[in-house]
Amino acid sequence: MSTLNTTPNIARPDDFYAALLATHEGLSKAESDALNARLVLILANHIGDADVLGQALDLAKGEGSRG
Amino acid sequence: MNKIFEIPLYPYTRSPDQDAEAPVRRKVIVVGAGPVGLAAAIDLAQQGVGVVVLDDNDRVSFGSRAICFAKRPLEILDRLGCGEPMVEKGVQWNVGKVFFDDRQVYEFNLLPEQGHRRPAFINLQQYYFEEYLVNRVRELQAGGAPIELRGRNKVLSVEDRGDHAALSVDTPEGEYALEADWLIACDGAGSPIRQMMGLDFVGRVFEDNFLIADVIMEADFPTERWFWFDPPFNRGQSALLHKQPDGVWRIDLQLGWDIDKEEEKKPENVIPRLRAMLGEEVKFDLEWVSIYTFQCRRMEKFRHGRVIFAGDSAHQVSPFGARGANSGLQDTDNLCWKLKLVIEGQAPDSLLDSYDVERIHGADENILNSSRSTDFITPKSEMSRIFRDAVLDLSERVDFARPLVNSGRLSVPCTYDGSPLNGPDCAAMPSRTRPGSPAVDAPVGGGWLLSRLGDGFRLLTIDAEAPEALEEGGIAATRLALSARGAPELAERYLGAAKSAVYLVRPDQHVAARWETYDEAAVRAALNTAAGRA
Repeated sequence: MSTLNTTPNIARPDDFYAALLATHEGLSKAESDALNARLVLILANHIGDADVLGQALDLAKGEGSRG
Repeated sequence: MNKIFEIPLYPYTRSPDQDAEAPVRRKVIVVGAGPVGLAAAIDLAQQGVGVVVLDDNDRVSFGSRAICFAKRPLEILDRLGCGEPMVEKGVQWNVGKVFFDDRQVYEFNLLPEQGHRRPAFINLQQYYFEEYLVNRVRELQAGGAPIELRGRNKVLSVEDRGDHAALSVDTPEGEYALEADWLIACDGAGSPIRQMMGLDFVGRVFEDNFLIADVIMEADFPTERWFWFDPPFNRGQSALLHKQPDGVWRIDLQLGWDIDKEEEKKPENVIPRLRAMLGEEVKFDLEWVSIYTFQCRRMEKFRHGRVIFAGDSAHQVSPFGARGANSGLQDTDNLCWKLKLVIEGQAPDSLLDSYDVERIHGADENILNSSRSTDFITPKSEMSRIFRDAVLDLSERVDFARPLVNSGRLSVPCTYDGSPLNGPDCAAMPSRTRPGSPAVDAPVGGGWLLSRLGDGFRLLTIDAEAPEALEEGGIAATRLALSARGAPELAERYLGAAKSAVYLVRPDQHVAARWETYDEAAVRAALNTAAGRA
């Protein structure tokens, strides 16, 4: 079974965080919700692995490992 | 001109059973002359089991209703001797288009695999479907088969008496009593039989209404399935356009929950909706309008002693995916050979419990798929709508999102994995023909494999030796000997990595067991297992 990577994996975390916020800049709440939904789907497809996705869903829900 | 559904096809006539001193005992009584009840009766009668069909009506379905028939049910109908007229009359289609808001987001092609006698789907009005089944009943009667169709015979009560079921039946000339060794209830989602017996029917209600309109129009829409999410002509809702024979088009419009059904059904309200969809210039006539709601639910058990439920009376799904009539035909396909063996004393009564196991598995698969389609088509929360729209939005631009679009997962046959009737498997052979699977069609020697299999137990050998027939406790399995030479589809679908194959195939054309070579003791054991005698 593949395991969700919960160790830091983003090279420049501040850059990524800023890019994430910049993507939402100027959007209404509805537009941002839609963007987030598209982003989740895009990333989920990139991961693909059902085990990893399951662990990610659990972690997001607060039921998984705290790493 | 009268429409077929306006003509009494099986008008009431007095039966001698009505004048009998004591209630007459019939082998099998089928209640309901819809697609499922008629298929059950034909299946039994053509195998020599006496059957009487009772229906409170005397004509075929009013309106088109079920219109989409999948490949496996067409193959079952071939076995029942009436697949050909259905496919000849039906409309075949492969292309589907999905629209979101005001634009097409993608197009799919079912791209049916080559080397099958029957197409992936045909569209055919339920009234034609039933008419062809009634024609087949008449043909069987002309040949002396023990089948009777009694119109305007309404069942008033039913009681399971352990070794038979007792009924009282109302007719235009009054009531009479009747008994049946076995009763098959094919009386629809609202099943009066189920209610009379006080049986459960639990599941999930979907709070939505859909308007179905069949229109006759001369329009240049192609023979494709068009599905709209949130179109300008039906904001916030969905719509479907599908072609039927005779220039009839099925239009299905989601209306939402809080509506006045009687108002919405009036032509003065329906016609403007259709104009908005089809365009002002398109001329059309309304043939039939109906508003439906649906639930996804099933009975806890389909068999209750001497009374067995099949089709919508046992399970109900949303229409998305064409899993209603299609699964009902698979029910009777599964049931009738078992019932015949039990009636003829060749299998224990408990064989019928495998009908429950196998078809509940099928019903659960259908309910799961149909509930998921419904959740996609009619999102029930703000977040589910956000994700649904995100999928549609992405599907226009990137391939990965297209498999997530769910406008109905179209009916595919069920494999009875884990069934108590399954025997040994052979790992070298393809997964699609493993025990529990419906036999996959393939061209063989100028004909088709499924036609050659017919409806008894078969020993299908591919480049393997075996006796021409094998009898075990009164059940015969006869050999169908084929070679993979010059039959690439047969090799691909049945041999895989194996050099030869011996398949034991059930009368419903599902695989019971398979081996690389013939082993008499193993085949006998598998035959006993498949007949519920293990």
